[in-house]
Amino acid sequence: MAGEGRKNGRFVPWALLSPGGLFLALFFLVPVWALARIALSTKPSRFEDPAFAWDFSNFGTALSDYGGQFGRSFLYAGLATLFAFIIGYPLAYSIAAYGGKWKDLLIGLVVIPFFTSFLIRTIAWTSILGPQSVVTDAFRGLPLVGDDFNFIGNMWSVVGGLTYNFLPFMILPIYVALEKIDFRLTEAAGDLYATPVAGFWRVIFPLSLPGVFAGSLLVFIPAAGDFINTRFLGTPKTSVIGSVVQDQFLVQLNYPVAAALSLFLMAIITVAVLIYSKLFGTEGLAA
Amino acid sequence: MSAQKNRGKRSLQVISALVFLYLFAPILWIVVFSFNDPRGRYNLNWSSFTLQNWLHPFADKELTDAFVTSLQIAFLAVTLATVMGALMALALSKFRFRGSSAVDIFLVLPLTTPEIVLGASLLTMFIDFDWARGFVTIVIAHTLFCLSFVALTVKARISGFDWRLEEAAADLGAGPWRTFSRVTFPLILPGVFAAALLSFALSIDDYIITSFNKGQTNTMPIHIWDSYKVEFRPEVNVLASMILVVSVVLLVGSSVMSARRSR
Repeated sequence: MAGEGRKNGRFVPWALLSPGGLFLALFFLVPVWALARIALSTKPSRFEDPAFAWDFSNFGTALSDYGGQFGRSFLYAGLATLFAFIIGYPLAYSIAAYGGKWKDLLIGLVVIPFFTSFLIRTIAWTSILGPQSVVTDAFRGLPLVGDDFNFIGNMWSVVGGLTYNFLPFMILPIYVALEKIDFRLTEAAGDLYATPVAGFWRVIFPLSLPGVFAGSLLVFIPAAGDFINTRFLGTPKTSVIGSVVQDQFLVQLNYPVAAALSLFLMAIITVAVLIYSKLFGTEGLAA
Repeated sequence: MSAQKNRGKRSLQVISALVFLYLFAPILWIVVFSFNDPRGRYNLNWSSFTLQNWLHPFADKELTDAFVTSLQIAFLAVTLATVMGALMALALSKFRFRGSSAVDIFLVLPLTTPEIVLGASLLTMFIDFDWARGFVTIVIAHTLFCLSFVALTVKARISGFDWRLEEAAADLGAGPWRTFSRVTFPLILPGVFAAALLSFALSIDDYIITSFNKGQTNTMPIHIWDSYKVEFRPEVNVLASMILVVSVVLLVGSSVMSARRSR
């Protein structure tokens, strides 16, 4: 896939890389190092400065005090990834297989929600499915649904919001993987007496797996760190790791524990990313 | 068997239509509710149609200030990120060199690190260095997440590029600068432009990282979040609709441009 006529270089590539590389070193590596240092510091009260002390107890505190939030973050992110896959795959498949000359337009439509604010789109759901909305009214009229039925304000509305907000990240890589597949393969499978369903699961689906993995990673990562959806679509009972980190950092000024929490999140996700890029390279992660 | 196939196609199309509805419901809501004349402080329930919001989109001064700040930050961050990111993409796709796969991973990590961690780690460093948080620290934070994004998308776009074209230009007597400005630059431009456009959208949209590094500076998402405790005004919908229209026009324009080029 590499372009033709690539040159061997020693000095030039590093010269081209250096401005961006220095920026990343200074504003990504140094901050992560600072975060690790703070996570190992003690800060007896909110008015004192943190002091570095190889204090690993922050990690214990992080897990014991906020295990629930950890569990919820990963549960919600996992469910959102699953739902995004279940509804995103058929859409990506339809566009790739039946889109014809409308392919580019249809996949362009998938990206359009990106161009309106994430925050406002999330607030939009509180209006569309809020307690006073037409949709909620209609649902309350159904048999077996009580008058106090609500879409918003529970774990499923949070998961729904996460699924909604990160769905395009699932659709795009799956589409890219499917688009490379020659769909006449299903005909070949049919000629060999495979049913269309078997043809799909045995031939097309395995070929699209790299896209599925990339999409899952791209949905799971932001979903696990998000706290916007739980702020607008959830309740205090649906608080997640992001809510705690923000609160501890900006309100409680309890930097060491918040830093330990962030590092846990980062470590888990970095391992997943490294495994992915060992298996599939980094190309699929830039949609 | 072909009946089964057709049924499969039908149901796939129905599912796709429903998924599109799910994707677009909030977008439609934003546009429709920009014409609402809400009864209270929250523009969340439909009351009556009005053109007032569109006639006076900048009536809310704080919102307008935050909007302008967001545009300034996005402009600066995207410019910085696009220049540095495009150079990195060029280095990675044009040259073979030792360590390029390590650079690849190094580029992916900021993109795959949860925003909350990026925001928190930058804040820790700014506290360590005693840097006051504000406009500049927001620009730095936004440049950070746009940089990896630009570098990786541009790299993906130009990975199939035939670099022998540059040699051809040199053979025809073009100097290095002329080769770059007449051959290389026009070819990578559509990819760079698309990446810049998307990172502009990422920047004006960001809440999480900004909330850590904002100091007293308010961007539009910060203002919306903070003021949501007391109000949610229809002018927000108007500004969001404007951003939507402008970016869709630019997006369509750039894809038409690159389609023409490739023909």
